[in-house]
Amino acid sequence: MRWDGEYLREILMRRSASFPRLGRLVLNGAATLTLAYILTPLVFVTWLAFFRQEIPSFPPEGYSLRWFQAIPGNDRFVSGFLLSLELAVVATSIGLSLGLPAALCLARLRFTGREVLSSLLLLPLVVPGIVLGIALYVFHVEVELATGLPILGSLGGLIAGHVLLVIPWTVRLVMASLIGLDRSIEEAAQSLGANRFTTFRRVTLPAIRPGVVAAALFGFVSSFGNLEMSLFIVGPGRTTLPIAILQYLEWKIDPTIAAVSVLQIALIATAMLITDRFVKISQVV
Amino acid sequence: MARLEIDRVSKHYGDVIAVRDLTLDVADGEFVVLLGPSGCGKTTTLRIVAGFAVPTSGVVRLGDRDVTRLPPWKRNAGLVFQSYALFPHLSVARNVAFGLEMRKVEASQMQRRVADALRLVRLEHLSERLPRQLSGGQQQRVALARALAFYPDVLLLDEPLSNLDAKLRAEVRVEIRELQRRLGLTTVMVTHDQEEALTMADRLVVMNDGAVRQVGTQKELYERPSDRFVAGFVGRSTFIEGEIEAPGRFRSAGGLAIVCKEATAGPATLALRPERIVFTPERLASMDNSLPGVVEFVSYLGATIDMHVRISPNERVIVQVSNRESGLVPTVGGRVFVAWPAEGSIVFAGAGN
Repeated sequence: MRWDGEYLREILMRRSASFPRLGRLVLNGAATLTLAYILTPLVFVTWLAFFRQEIPSFPPEGYSLRWFQAIPGNDRFVSGFLLSLELAVVATSIGLSLGLPAALCLARLRFTGREVLSSLLLLPLVVPGIVLGIALYVFHVEVELATGLPILGSLGGLIAGHVLLVIPWTVRLVMASLIGLDRSIEEAAQSLGANRFTTFRRVTLPAIRPGVVAAALFGFVSSFGNLEMSLFIVGPGRTTLPIAILQYLEWKIDPTIAAVSVLQIALIATAMLITDRFVKISQVV
Repeated sequence: MARLEIDRVSKHYGDVIAVRDLTLDVADGEFVVLLGPSGCGKTTTLRIVAGFAVPTSGVVRLGDRDVTRLPPWKRNAGLVFQSYALFPHLSVARNVAFGLEMRKVEASQMQRRVADALRLVRLEHLSERLPRQLSGGQQQRVALARALAFYPDVLLLDEPLSNLDAKLRAEVRVEIRELQRRLGLTTVMVTHDQEEALTMADRLVVMNDGAVRQVGTQKELYERPSDRFVAGFVGRSTFIEGEIEAPGRFRSAGGLAIVCKEATAGPATLALRPERIVFTPERLASMDNSLPGVVEFVSYLGATIDMHVRISPNERVIVQVSNRESGLVPTVGGRVFVAWPAEGSIVFAGAGN
């Protein structure tokens, strides 16, 4: 019995072949509704970004690119973008280099506490961002009090927090790839003369590459877009892009925010599309 | 190639004994098949030879080297897996080159040896393909070429044909065997398919429950099975329980008197090969045994016909007749005689199970 993707697809296809017409109609309808529900806000934000008037109202008085042109002149957005980018890149790299070995151990070794550890590493995904943020804040305060090290509001503290966001994605997606991997190809490599390390580098890593790339992408996105947790652990003057957007919204509601969001959406969508050209994300997630 | 010696090897997994006290010598260039039902320890034995399992006790020697505790990558054993285990991200040529790269063979020589290996399996025209672009049979041949390209000391085949369809399997069987003979490869194959084992092996090792039951050529196993298990696993047998009453006379549990060659008195099991039994409309006085019976089941298999004939309330024998010697068409319910010579039945002392 094979439980890989191909087998499942086969079952699903056979199922849907025997699906009554009405059932399929309902299924398609539900899928369309869900998609519309997800996409509608994005469509409106994008539309809004091109409105000419300052106070958003319908119908638009006209269209303009002025809000986009205003972004480069706003230091808070530019520095926020650069900080978020830096943060996401560094956190993703660290998260991958920690999460990959963890996933290997969890997928390959049998030890007591394995289940607990596995759930623990997925926890940051489940805990609400606010709770995570408060917990980290309190932790930073306590550690600073105990050791005297300047942790509260430091860049290091912020990065460490964002690594927490990346680790669950890495562990989850890499583990999924490892579990679907035919172990006999690793044994084949060893029988051909490759030691454990060479086997990992030449055979295992290329085989789980889609999972690793997807993990990097999701980790990057969740770090780049994180607001709730970051709010609690950023230091003075250290403003990430989502925080800059929030702060701007406190005083103004002009379409600049919409324009910034559109750029953010475009960046993430581009990253996804490029990634998808190299590895089919749908195969992993 | 080299000689392989497995010397008193056992493998325990906790309380479970996967292999018990197995000794086997495979001569240089010999093709040995480990045959047995699943869970009999044959695959564990192969993994011990390949280096993926370390025996609890015993020694494995390959050529002059004691390899018992050597990791797989230092053993120089070519391995072909049931799933082929080709590297999905590498082309056919790169797959075959892998073992050579690991041995740091220089580029010009590597190219030649990859081409040679692919020519052996007649796939030189597909060298740039990826494994998923090949059929099952082609993938299997790539796996074989990959296992041979680096000149291994021993070739290990783990159920290499079980993923192929029946027709292809018969072809590849012959192909592997011819290649093995031509190159003089010391080979150990694991299979549960007796037909595969019989067509390919120089010598067979029948295993059950972690232990070797019998080692021998096809003829030896077939004609002189050492026990009831071998008689049932290699070829087919009908077993009749009973006892040896007097030298040469077997009395079945159902009360039949059967002439045989066994002399030692006591409880015994009689094994009959379906193709050794003759089936006649009248009693055959010239045979040692000729018993009346009723045909209860007939299956027409094309070249042969199988009949199940009840010869006593407790006993039924399977008779296989060649389709050519027709004249008498067996029909269910028909009264017939089944006959066989004294040496046609094999007797195992002791009660059966």
